[in-house]
Amino acid sequence: MPAPVIQLEGLGKSFPGGKRPALGGISASIHPGRVTGLVGPDGAGKTTLLRLMAGLLTPSEGRVAVKGLDPAKDAVRLAPVIGYMPQKFGLYEDLTVGENLALHADLRGVTGPERQESFDRLLAFTDLSRFTSRLAGRLSGGMKQKLGLACALLGQPEVLLLDEPGVGVDPISRRELWRMVRELVAGGLTVVWSTAYLDEAELCQEVLLLNEGELLFEGEPGALTGRLRDRCFQIRDIAGNRRQVLTRALCRPEILDGVIQGHSVRLVLRPGQAPPDLQPLGAGPAARLAPVPPRFEDAFMDALGGGPGGESVLARHAHQASADREIVAEARDLTRKFGDFTAVDRVTFEVRRGEVFGLLGPNGAGKSTTFRMLCGLLTPTSGDARVMGIDLKKSPGRARQKLGYMAQKFSLYGNLTVGQNLAFFSGAYGLRGRLQREAVERLVTAFKFEPLLDAPADSLPLGYKQRLALACALMHEPDILFLDEPTSGVDPVTRREFWTHINGLVEKQVTIIVTTHFMDEAEYCDRIALVYRGRVIAAGTPDQLKSQVATADQPEPSMEDAFVGLVRQQEAANPPDLAQAKGA
Amino acid sequence: MNPESSSLPDVRPASRRGSLRRLVALCRKESLQIVRDPSSILIAFVLPVVLLFIFGYGINLDSTALRVGLVMEDQGPEARDFAASLAGSPYLRVIPAETRREAGHALTRGRVRGFVIIPPDFSENLKRAGNAAPLMVVTDGAEPNTASFVENYVRGAWQGWQEHRGERRGEPPAGRSVNLEPRFWFNPSAESRNYLIPGSITIIMTVIGALLTSLVVAREWERGTMEALLASRVTRAELLWSKLLPYYALGTAAMLICVAVSVFWLNVPFRGSWLVLWLVGTLFLGSSLGLGLLLSTVTRNQFNAAMAALNAAFLPALILSGFIYEIRSMPPVIRGVTYLIPARYFVTAIQTLFQAGEIWPVLGQSMIFLLAASVFFIGLTALKTRRNLE
Repeated sequence: MPAPVIQLEGLGKSFPGGKRPALGGISASIHPGRVTGLVGPDGAGKTTLLRLMAGLLTPSEGRVAVKGLDPAKDAVRLAPVIGYMPQKFGLYEDLTVGENLALHADLRGVTGPERQESFDRLLAFTDLSRFTSRLAGRLSGGMKQKLGLACALLGQPEVLLLDEPGVGVDPISRRELWRMVRELVAGGLTVVWSTAYLDEAELCQEVLLLNEGELLFEGEPGALTGRLRDRCFQIRDIAGNRRQVLTRALCRPEILDGVIQGHSVRLVLRPGQAPPDLQPLGAGPAARLAPVPPRFEDAFMDALGGGPGGESVLARHAHQASADREIVAEARDLTRKFGDFTAVDRVTFEVRRGEVFGLLGPNGAGKSTTFRMLCGLLTPTSGDARVMGIDLKKSPGRARQKLGYMAQKFSLYGNLTVGQNLAFFSGAYGLRGRLQREAVERLVTAFKFEPLLDAPADSLPLGYKQRLALACALMHEPDILFLDEPTSGVDPVTRREFWTHINGLVEKQVTIIVTTHFMDEAEYCDRIALVYRGRVIAAGTPDQLKSQVATADQPEPSMEDAFVGLVRQQEAANPPDLAQAKGA
Repeated sequence: MNPESSSLPDVRPASRRGSLRRLVALCRKESLQIVRDPSSILIAFVLPVVLLFIFGYGINLDSTALRVGLVMEDQGPEARDFAASLAGSPYLRVIPAETRREAGHALTRGRVRGFVIIPPDFSENLKRAGNAAPLMVVTDGAEPNTASFVENYVRGAWQGWQEHRGERRGEPPAGRSVNLEPRFWFNPSAESRNYLIPGSITIIMTVIGALLTSLVVAREWERGTMEALLASRVTRAELLWSKLLPYYALGTAAMLICVAVSVFWLNVPFRGSWLVLWLVGTLFLGSSLGLGLLLSTVTRNQFNAAMAALNAAFLPALILSGFIYEIRSMPPVIRGVTYLIPARYFVTAIQTLFQAGEIWPVLGQSMIFLLAASVFFIGLTALKTRRNLE
């Protein structure tokens, strides 16, 4: 193996006021001509590490060397070597594609005949040639990402640092970016790609797995997943309730981790354990255990020491809603326009009691807008939205009393304590006196908030914040719970804990409607609607959607394969205008 | 994309040409952003004109045509003669009332600023020698400034009438009261517009210099574009100059518009030299831009930067610059504070230029301080600007 391009030796970084170092003494090396993934949930230290490599931060301890130089001290010499694309791509939205490129070319000293040649090459490479006079702010997420990449590639750097390039971009654009990056790497470029998507880790040639500033693993992703060979299974053809099967399985000592995958349940065994007997799990007579290849997420869970267990204390305390399967939420030709932009275009679906219904799609697809109309937070331009039979156009207030809403990023009051947050939200939902006291007490017991009552919400770890936000949304015992991107960026353990609670609520016949851009998370849903450019392009159970794109070459497509395939089918059926299609 | 060798390229320490190219590129970028952002055009060109018109026409600290009630309890010829003379005053608009009650009512309703009572024994008292206070003036003590205006104008009208009366009766002038005739230098008509408008140019320049600049730099931090810039070969000096130059140009253009509108439209006299005005404006913009840059560099957040600029630049310029509130009538501590406000010196300088011309002892002192403030703020910004995200 050639000498490393970037070397980290005991590299640590602390910020004033931080409870723990953002990065705690990491040693690793990054080799030339490969894609190295910096993988980990939010707060793992990925961005800090990238910024240290780019010389934008100085280490608190240890050292980092790029081509033997200290990036913080030798910024001028290293600038031509390093191409850096920050989060949100670092583009000027009020400058055109051409002007953004020209600015970066001037800043990176790309002049003379090389300049036009670079522009032509990069515009062709990113397929942006036709859009040079379009303002960057008017590009789609995927096109912005490609322009950001083109700017970072000016001046032919040897090292390309990409900070979460895949966030908020639809899967088709994400695949496109990966194709381009592979091409660059084949040409000898060194790429460092940071991501919170664990499935992206498998696409990297090497991985640095980070969690809370600690390095959990360094090496090829296969080496990490290899540890789990013969330990991953799916319980298929389950006759009973798969959520109960999962709950029972997670209570068994030999099971390290488990999640719902469509109609199946995925299990990871602890090392050296035999798979469990299926009958006591209540999986039904036809259930069988099929070995499946390990995923990077399984390996991450293994590295973290397993999941949070199966039973939700919350569900034990929740009230039982009625068990009939009536329609509790429906959208009919729901449309919302902002000016001449149609954010949601004739969306129709219905959700029955006790279902977990997911709206799956990339950022900007119209999920949140649909959601806000269903919650009565936004008035539809046309069409109907009903919750529990109440027309949201007519009486949004009455409908809101029946639903719980957990917004993105939790929407807690950070400088109020846990107790104050609970008191405030119970009051906001109209609970008073004895009822309010009882509701707060019930949730404090269920979530074990007792020792934390006086702690400010901001000081809580992510998992607790999420729990508190859920508690606040459940205060008035709603029949329907709306979750907007509930687990984006959180670590898999916290995500599992969250879904354990959700599964528990579903057992009590609470209906869940969730938006997500995590393709994997969609597997937890009973039914999903794929939202793309304001439209529902497909709806059904996860297994149904996946089977729609299954081919002989790809007998078991992933949810992302299904999404990409269904978008392509849709576009083949009614091709949108050229400019838009290229923006995808 | 295909690095030939893995050796480091030969990079000379930032050559002068490269530096100039980067600076030009950044200035170009900044100018494009200014031109394309409707809010910066609004702040730089529309707001000044609106402000000037508000100050030019809307706000007026002169007290012409104060509405004053008049209660005639004496209907004698002398009383009616005085009432006519009162009504003839250019400063007063007399609104007759039947009774004291009615006049009092008009005062409390704010329909009049005060009222004059000509008591029933007015004519009697006049006939007597050494006539003592035959008039009664009631004013609104809640507005002491206006109250004293009313009092003074009525007193003036009274004196004028008495003088006339004496003349008609052929009394020797020596017997009449001493007459005081005020004469204003530099602003002969004592129009407040003539000093309010130069003052409001200060406010406009502060808004452009500090507020707009602090917002744009903070925006670069928020949108992550600063991170992309810092990852390139840009130096601290280039970053600083690329922000100073375009906004200096914008501020100068705004000042030109302000002065042009003031002089050619609002007919405010301008007695100084344009060159000196430009020099003073440059120095003030320097301090104002420096403060704006400093705030955004420190806060890196648009909301905080705007709040800080409002409190550190706009409010002091409005309140402590002597533009509206007379510095000499402030308590000594506050008066001391005004010496630290660059706007104070700019207000002095620009008012001098407009109304008096080049009075070098005044201008020189102001310019020295403005220069010091510019050097201080820009220097501090340079110190606080980092080549990284620390």
